[in-house]
Amino acid sequence: MTATADHEVGRARTRKEDARLVTGQTSWTDNIMLPGLAQVAFLRSPHAHARITSVNLDAARTAPGVIAVFAGADVAAEQGSLPCAWPVTEDIVIPNHPPMAVETVRYAGEIVAAVVARDRYAAADALELIDVEYEPLPPVLDMPAALEPGSPKVHAEGNKSYTWSLANGDLDAAFADAPVVIERTYRQQRLIPEAMEPRAVVVAPVADEFTMWSSTQIPHVLKVMLALVTGIPEHKLRVIAPDVGGGFGSKLQVTAEEVLALILARRLGRPVKWTESRTEGNAAVHHGRDQIQKIRIAADADGTLRGLDVDLLADMGAYLMIVTPGVPLLGAFMFNAIYKMAAYRFNCTGVFTTKTPTDAYRGAGRPEATYAIEHIMDDLAFHLGLDPLEVRERNWIKHEEFPYTTISGLTYDTGNYEAATALAKDLFQYEELRKEQSERNAASAQVRLGLGVSTYTEMCGLAPSRVLGSLRYAAGGWEHAAIRMLPTGMVEVITGSSAHGQGHETAWSQIVADELGVPFEDVRVLHGDTAISHKGMDTYGSRSLVVGGTALVSACGKVREKARVIAAAMMEVAPTDLEWADGRWAVRGDPDQGKTIGEIAFATFAAHDLPDGVEPSLDCDATIDPDNFSYPHGTHLCAVEVDTETGWVKIRSYVAVDDIGNVINPLIVDGQLHGGIVQGIAQALFEEAAYDDSGNLVTASLADYLIPSAADVPSFTLARTQTPSTLNPLGVKGVGEAGTIASTPAVVNAIVDALRPFGVTDVAMPCTPERVWRAINNALPSPGETPPLQPPAQNQVDGGGAA
Amino acid sequence: MIPASFDYTRPGSVEAAVEALAADEEAKVIAGGQSLLPLLRLRFAYPTLLVDLGGISELRGVRDAGDALEIGALTTHYELTRDPLIAAHAGLLAQAAGTIADPAVRHRGTIGGALSHADPAGDLPAVVTALEAVLVVTGPGGSREVSPAGFFADYLTTTLAPGEILTSVRVPKLGDGWGYHYEKFHPTAQAWAIVGVAALARRSNGHVAEARIGLTNMGSTPVRAGAAEAAAAGAEASAAAMRAAAQRADEGTSPPSDLRAAADYRRHLARVLTGRALARAAGI
Repeated sequence: MTATADHEVGRARTRKEDARLVTGQTSWTDNIMLPGLAQVAFLRSPHAHARITSVNLDAARTAPGVIAVFAGADVAAEQGSLPCAWPVTEDIVIPNHPPMAVETVRYAGEIVAAVVARDRYAAADALELIDVEYEPLPPVLDMPAALEPGSPKVHAEGNKSYTWSLANGDLDAAFADAPVVIERTYRQQRLIPEAMEPRAVVVAPVADEFTMWSSTQIPHVLKVMLALVTGIPEHKLRVIAPDVGGGFGSKLQVTAEEVLALILARRLGRPVKWTESRTEGNAAVHHGRDQIQKIRIAADADGTLRGLDVDLLADMGAYLMIVTPGVPLLGAFMFNAIYKMAAYRFNCTGVFTTKTPTDAYRGAGRPEATYAIEHIMDDLAFHLGLDPLEVRERNWIKHEEFPYTTISGLTYDTGNYEAATALAKDLFQYEELRKEQSERNAASAQVRLGLGVSTYTEMCGLAPSRVLGSLRYAAGGWEHAAIRMLPTGMVEVITGSSAHGQGHETAWSQIVADELGVPFEDVRVLHGDTAISHKGMDTYGSRSLVVGGTALVSACGKVREKARVIAAAMMEVAPTDLEWADGRWAVRGDPDQGKTIGEIAFATFAAHDLPDGVEPSLDCDATIDPDNFSYPHGTHLCAVEVDTETGWVKIRSYVAVDDIGNVINPLIVDGQLHGGIVQGIAQALFEEAAYDDSGNLVTASLADYLIPSAADVPSFTLARTQTPSTLNPLGVKGVGEAGTIASTPAVVNAIVDALRPFGVTDVAMPCTPERVWRAINNALPSPGETPPLQPPAQNQVDGGGAA
Repeated sequence: MIPASFDYTRPGSVEAAVEALAADEEAKVIAGGQSLLPLLRLRFAYPTLLVDLGGISELRGVRDAGDALEIGALTTHYELTRDPLIAAHAGLLAQAAGTIADPAVRHRGTIGGALSHADPAGDLPAVVTALEAVLVVTGPGGSREVSPAGFFADYLTTTLAPGEILTSVRVPKLGDGWGYHYEKFHPTAQAWAIVGVAALARRSNGHVAEARIGLTNMGSTPVRAGAAEAAAAGAEASAAAMRAAAQRADEGTSPPSDLRAAADYRRHLARVLTGRALARAAGI
């Protein structure tokens, strides 16, 4: 499916939604004004862990402009418990999770009271008049310590939520006589999703019905969950996600703020709005990553992998949110990545701490897994004195071996790791850079060069429902699409994939233009309002195009078939005499005779001469549940220069060759990769949610939580290989998370590669200049240097060796 | 931004501003707002009155005052990067101003505001320290002149008395032979400096005759690296000599340990960066 003059699919269309987005004409949730709208502000716990001994609301209640003030006890009877939809094991501990804390707070930022006022200023002023007394309890901040028998408990049930395991093959045999065994511990630091638009919610009650506008990725799932949590019948709820300014998983959630806004609106009988500040959001939005990964590989002397053993500790934070426990499982199937091996064991323990809950963040489980395996593959290569690409090639699935069932049990449909790697090496000038690196090392240059490799794959297109069910996920993975043919030939597309920046309106229009033979401009895409798009599973896990796009193609096919019968009647021929050619139904053998969808739509509207039994409508819908995930892959290569004197890391060049199957819109794909790569670089170099010893988030503002801007990253060289997926009619694989999954290990591998001459085998993320400098100076102490005040970040000695 | 409530006044003259400030102990001056607004937003500050200097046109712009440049307190960072007088006589100021935060901040933030905020992690305090600028302060009793060392008292603290406003910065013109460089080490383009080095060097006959070094974020105020200055003075104008002189750059400093860097690493950076900044300033 390559671009041609006649085809919309494959064209680098600029996005039709951008005009309203970039000119500020659209309505974000915070712009919504309603008569009588009151503002909600939440008081949040300043303690990581404490018992609430008293709450005095009197002064706040009488403050100017205040309508009502509530503490946890006031809403305890109706607030329910925030849902966890992924109880990954039978014996998982899912603690009660009140949207507003009643007796105990378990992370700094947990809601303890709410003010409803006439405006945001009055609400914020009144917050300062609420007097809450706390009896501090010991914080629980370190995962291994939390699992010790004497540890203070986050919940009465203990600090372990679950242990989930996966095992295939004979791991003991694989390790028993392995010539090479390498063991490492990597740390996935905690990250904070920073969507451009902070979260916001508006609730309007009318009699016993409620409309919620929310900056959410999941209006459909949210509606179901709100009904279950609050007891409001689902048919009396309408959820609207207007234009949403990014999510990265952080808005794949049923939040305390949404539930409380609904409850307060119901209680007061008037519309309410809540909009978070950036600082409030950093403490309260769910965080991402935060794992300790113990990984062990066994290999033959030539680098052929024999077995892989992974033990994870995953920080759940204080509570389980909608898919918190499932995030590590999405990684469980990915540690083996593109490599063949005989045995694999995966173990994950979910641990409660007194920190903000974690949940899905761009890539959700897969960046973590990819980082660990791609890092240890580099360690294996170094141990054996092989080029990192050579050791990968010795282990990866050859292109002629697809479809291939991996050791974790997934069946990859297609892929061509050889082709993507060859192209990447060429664009990167890999051999030339290796030569320069050797020269710099030989000269003991102050600025060293490091080359980082990441030959990633991922599972995305989240479906299939049966597999999700087998993993104990509560919902399905299908998607819905509908076509409404308007009398004038215009097309309204309804999708259950609720876009929040991905450009669905453009990509979906391109698909429909080709499927129905209509101009791109004549297609309008409607989404995100459960009263219009009544059915959907929403947008996350790079699933929209793979699942939602497939539903769209199916719905278009149904429209064509309905149109065929009517077109045949219009031309007084039999439906079997017609063929779909050049975007219309034409008489086979007489191409001058034909009807476009637009003409057929108008005839259907008039409905004067329809055949008996044919309904006067072309509208169709489709719900699709694929029977496999999709598997994009690619080779990312990163060159860094490391100033050994200061620890400064400069990304000199970055080449990304991605195979995401067929491409609907290359411009959107490039945009996804640019943003995704930067987000992965951010984990490698800049971002970390840091807590102090008492459990307070010290990176609460963007002054302290460093996110990169365009000035901090190089221009990327992007290219593609195109191995169409065989799992869907579009041949697409998904691209929303690929860049983020791929880039983190590419960057860190490059840094470690630059520092191998100093004996460095790892630098903990984020690889700040100080950590890099300490890694160098601990590995190679020089008498003239001031000794560091603290131990090295995570500078391990090489654990590889003959077993 | 949802700050606590405050009154607001926009006087048309320095005298009126001083009068408004003097009348209210909890009043704060606002110019570009790039330091004050975050404090208001986070409710770290509760001023009762904001005295907006934006309407006082005499505080804007750069004037040639003979041996010195007279820079109005309301001159923005962006203007510092573009002003021809600054470029000709105090290029260090332009170079450093160009590294502050991002273009939006540089178009709003002012030199007077940045200095009065007295953040030792800010760039301009160390730069005016190295330039041996004179800060002109106006209060109820008239104007007085104060050196940077006399102005910066502590972390976020100046010696401005209640009712006083920093009205201009007088920067001596750099004469012949002087070179300069601001070496800023910051983790991202928009972030504050972990360490910054503002270096000036006067070169003469293959030697560095004189050097002046101001350090950013190496203590609770901007500091002069006096020992390194002394070591550089008279040294051969070579990278090795500058590096050697810079080994003393952290003497007498007390850098903070914080989220971004531990004190020992800051000391190390100060030495390395001073060597590089001196070399650039000396045209090596």
